Parts: sequence; C-alpha cells; structure tokens
Amino acid sequence: MAGDLAIEAEGLRKSYGSVRALDGVDLRAPSGSVLGLLGPNGAGKTTAVRILTTLLPPDGGSARVVGLDVVEDAARLRTRIGLAGQYAAVDENLTGAENLEMVGRLYHLPRGEPKARAAELLDRFDLADAAGRLVRTYSGGMRRRLDLAAALVARPPVLFLDEPTTGLDPRSRLGLWETIEGRVADGTTVLLTTQYLDEADRLADRIAVIDHGRVIASGSSDELKDEVGGERLDVTLESQADTEAAIAALGPLSSESPIVVDGMLCVPIAGRRGTIAAAVRRLDQAGIGIDDVAIRRPTLDDVFLALTGHAAEPAPEASEGNEASEAEVAP
Amino acid sequence: MTGLRNSVSDTLVLARRSFMRIPRAPDLLLSYTVQPIMFVLLFVYVFGGAISTPGYDYVDFLMPGIIVQTMAFGGFVTALGLAEDLKKGLVDRFRSLPMSRAAVLSGRTLSDIALNSLSIAIMIGVGLIAGFSFDAPVAKIAAGVLLLLLWGYAFSWVFAFIGLSASSPESSQAFGFIIIFPLTFVSSAFVPIESMPMALETFAEINPFTTVVDAMRALFLGAPAGNDVWGAVAWSLAIAAVFAFLSVRRYKRAVVR
Repeated sequence: MAGDLAIEAEGLRKSYGSVRALDGVDLRAPSGSVLGLLGPNGAGKTTAVRILTTLLPPDGGSARVVGLDVVEDAARLRTRIGLAGQYAAVDENLTGAENLEMVGRLYHLPRGEPKARAAELLDRFDLADAAGRLVRTYSGGMRRRLDLAAALVARPPVLFLDEPTTGLDPRSRLGLWETIEGRVADGTTVLLTTQYLDEADRLADRIAVIDHGRVIASGSSDELKDEVGGERLDVTLESQADTEAAIAALGPLSSESPIVVDGMLCVPIAGRRGTIAAAVRRLDQAGIGIDDVAIRRPTLDDVFLALTGHAAEPAPEASEGNEASEAEVAP
Repeated sequence: MTGLRNSVSDTLVLARRSFMRIPRAPDLLLSYTVQPIMFVLLFVYVFGGAISTPGYDYVDFLMPGIIVQTMAFGGFVTALGLAEDLKKGLVDRFRSLPMSRAAVLSGRTLSDIALNSLSIAIMIGVGLIAGFSFDAPVAKIAAGVLLLLLWGYAFSWVFAFIGLSASSPESSQAFGFIIIFPLTFVSSAFVPIESMPMALETFAEINPFTTVVDAMRALFLGAPAGNDVWGAVAWSLAIAAVFAFLSVRRYKRAVVR
C-alpha cells in the first residue's frame, strides 16, 4: 500500500447546485491512526465521508482508501470499509442479533459466520442481554452501539464514523468513546467526524478543521490548542465602567493581554492552579465588583474564532433522528 | 456467476427482512386483510344493488376488478419501507456494503408477492361467501392468480420509485393513492365503462387497468378474452421493467434526507 496511507484524498470537490460542499479538500491518514474531521454542521464533513465510503462520486479530485480508488475500485473498496453514520442505521423491526446477521450475510461472509460474528459483537458491545429484543425497544445509546457493531461485522481495516456521539447523553458518549478506542488499539484506521473538540481531542491522533468545504487547519490536538491559546478566565464585572481597571488588575496573571468580548473580560491563562482565587483577590483589592468568574477550556468556537476570525455557525443541535437523547436504560 | 449468486442471495436476505416486519408491526397487515374484506362487502352490499352489469351478477362482475385494484395497492409497503430506510440512513448503510445495488429494491418487491398472495386468498374467500362463483377451468383460474401476482409485482416497482422519490413515508403513501385511485375507478373494475361519459369512456378503454380487469374476467368467468390476457401480461411486464429501471437508477443516487 502506497506509503502505508490508509486514507489519502487530494483536492476533493463537490457541489450541490450552487452550494460548494467541498472546495478542494486534502486528507491523509496513516494506517492504524485516527483522523478527526472537526467542523460545524454544514462544513462538508459528511460529504467527505460519503465520498470516501463510495456513496457519492466527487466532482473533482481523487481519493484512495487502503490503496483503492473510491470511484474506480468502489465495489472492491466496499468489502474493506465499515460505516457508522449519525443516524443509527439499524432496522427497528429486527432484533439486535438479526440486524448484525443480516449485515454479515450482505457482506457474503461464509456460512455460519454471520451468526457467530453477531454473537461475538453483541457480547463485546454489551448488548448480549438485549440480543433477542427488537431494536425499537433499544435506547439511543444502545442503538448507536449496535450501529457501530454493524460497521465492524466484516472486520474492516478502515472505519468511518460520522458524528458517532451527536445527541447522546454523556454516559453513552463515554461508553462509545471507549469502544472506539478499543478498535483503534486493534489496529483499525478510523476517520471520525465531530462537532466537538473534546471528542476529537480524546480520540484523534490528527485533526483536520473543516469550514465551508476547506481544511483550514490540521495538526495534533495540542498543536491546535496552542493556536487557540489554551484555557482562559472569563470575568463578568458588575459595572462596565470598571473594565479598564480590571484589565490592569488582571494583567499580571497572563502573558497575553486580556480582551473584552460582549462586555465579558477574557484572560488567557496557561492552566495554572489557583488562578480563580488570585483573580478574585486582585479584583477585590482593586475594589471592583464581580458578577461571575469562570475558567473556560477551548471549544470549537474558540478554534474557529482563532483560525477564521469568525465564530462557527450555530449548530442546530442534533435536530434529526434523535431518539438519541433518551437516557440509557440499564439492561 | 458469483455476482449473480450474490444478487440472488442479497435479494433473499432483504426479502426475508421485509417479511419479518409483518408480524412485528401487524398494523400493516390490516391493509392486506381487513381492508379488502371491507371493500368487497361495501361494494357488493352497498353499491351492488344500484349498479347494473348486464350479463353478470354484480358480485361476479366485481371480484376480478376489486382484486386487481387491491393488487395495485399491495406494493405500498415497499414505498413505505423504502422511504423509512432512506429517512433512517439504512439506505446509506446498504449502499456502503459490497452487496447487489438492486437487492434492496428487489428484496422488498419480492416480499410483497407473499403479502399479495395472502390478500388474494382472503378476497376470494370473502367473495365466495358473498356469492361469487368461478366459471372457468382450474388451469385458467390458476393462470388468473399468476396474472394478479404479476400485476401486483409491477406495481410494487411503481411504489418503489414513489418511495425513493417522495419526501417522507407519509407523502409516499398519499402520492401512491392519488395516482392509483383514479386509474382504478375510471376503468372497467367497478362499473361497465359504457355507463361513463364519453371522455371518461375513451380514457377507460386505453387504461391498462381495464385491460387487466377484462383479462381477469376472461380467466375467472369465461368472458370473451380477445387480446386482453396477453395485453395484461405485456402491460405488467412493461410497467415492471420501466419502473425497475427508474427505481434502481434513483436508488444509486439516493441521498439521506
């Protein structure tokens, strides 16, 4: 395989009518690594996944996955990839076991293998007790786990996960992360799209930030965070008139100068302990009234602000198909 | 050869999947059981007395027509199922698998045949109770049943196309009914077409539903057939071929809504 790259895309372009979903995207993921595509809704992440999984032909550019061209070798490539989308694409009127067996048969696994593989995956994904239940009785988190299991039935060397945790409650989200990490430990290459920096941070070796169909930055999560500027202290004052005095008082806490956003004072800090206490003490000594003080970690918005100068468009939070927000039912 | 074997196997896997849904979401079964019974009884006992069908008792005239109509509607499960698969992203999963491109569609249309067989049996049973009697040799009656299934199969492909084109499962169903209802009523299914105004009569004469209903009267009741039986087979095959082609083409481009 050329240079041992599991995923290699050059200059991918795709338009829907006049909308440019992808405008020259390059991606590279070495075998066994995790590549995170980070961006808001509508940035082009899903379009990239659809092209790489042969669902959509690109208008321009080329892409190879495990050395196979996504257009020319599409049929062969489909035997080597697994896809779990943002919709939990499982049949509600089949049981968990039947869903996985069906997928195994459609991969044309040898006789007997679909059943054995289904049992093995249900067990590993903590769904063994629910194997014989119809999926429509599953919680959102269980459906996502089943969806992920379905993507793994044929032991694909490359796994595509399109917003695997969007709309999940925190506990299910954590569980899914652990599962994905397990796959990676087994040597699977993963391409993951997400709107959440913390998700990319935890799972991805390298992150490509996508905005308006372009990769605007890429690097490890530490590299990106450095660009964003790390943690910061947000201080809301009782009176805007004290802003200048507060900047003077808080200046020594940071190597960079505090900025004012929407009447809130933002002080970049380098994760030092006791910063809140120090800030409150200094403002108090200066006789400045405080409404609120909080430490903020970098978010996707910060990455965007830092990289593009504009905020990420407000993501209409998980509007589609979100049976997912239900609480996890313990089996 | 492997390709063909895989296509057949994929189709059977997905037909089985569609079929398993029936006992699990039994509301759909109403359309294949209670609804046909209701229609037969409604037409025989409510409209029957007011409709004059020279040469036939109304129940004899009606049964071939109403079964042909029911067959045409039988494929709505395919439209509903495909629209749901699209909405839920299952079509994306299937399209990312190394499986036959047509199997998702051929599997569903195949499973419709089983359901249509069930409704034929129920309707003939109810018809016999309501006074219907066959007037043809067994071979012709059997040929008639096969023609009904072929006609139903053709409309499963029409519904496959509707299901892939409509914006939601609900609208796919509404869309199908809007197309098929006028076609069945402006045909020889329920009334002799000579009783219609001139313009409608002309339409009814060229309407394939009339051809198929007349063919069924020939096969079940021994009515003079003319070219209707072959015409009905030709219409069925043509509709199936055109809509299978259109549906597969649309499926390949299908995008999650």
